[in-house]
Amino acid sequence: MPMAASELERLIRESIPDAEVTIRDLAGDGDHYAARVVSGSFEGMSRIKQHQAVYAALGGRVGGELHALQLETAVPQPETNQ
Amino acid sequence: MSDAQNRIADIVKQNEVVLFMKGTALFPQCGFSSRAIAILDRLGSPYETVDVLQDPEIRQGIKEFSEWPTIPQLYVKGEFVGGSDIMMEMFESGELQQLLVAEA
Repeated sequence: MPMAASELERLIRESIPDAEVTIRDLAGDGDHYAARVVSGSFEGMSRIKQHQAVYAALGGRVGGELHALQLETAVPQPETNQ
Repeated sequence: MSDAQNRIADIVKQNEVVLFMKGTALFPQCGFSSRAIAILDRLGSPYETVDVLQDPEIRQGIKEFSEWPTIPQLYVKGEFVGGSDIMMEMFESGELQQLLVAEA
């Protein structure tokens, strides 16, 4: 079932309030998204734990309601050189 | 542990590098599984695959096993490494090569 990008972002922010969320709709069908989530709360967490935190924020929708979410997580960097 | 969880634990224990995926290495049935195979082929280390589409119990069970909602899932030496996004990040940073070379 498709889902709006804004709803996706809202759910992530609800659980991870400081998250900087960037979402791209990959196929234009509201069902295949790529999200980049940057949060200070990820500090010291393994990549798996970071991704699990985002999946938890989305409350079981990934793999169900949302076919797939291409996910990238990061801790904020003092200097951005990307 | 349920039967499916025991079976998954055995597969992960018995194979140094194993990818749970949709389809086979030759015919992946999903873009994410296809990407995971492309990365493993690029690295050239031997690996096993398990087609979850052939086994509904494993397909559901693997998500509970790793507390991870999506497929593909890569396991190296009994440890869950991640899905295709994490594999791609680790491939680009060289971490995946290191992990697999350490296995060989």
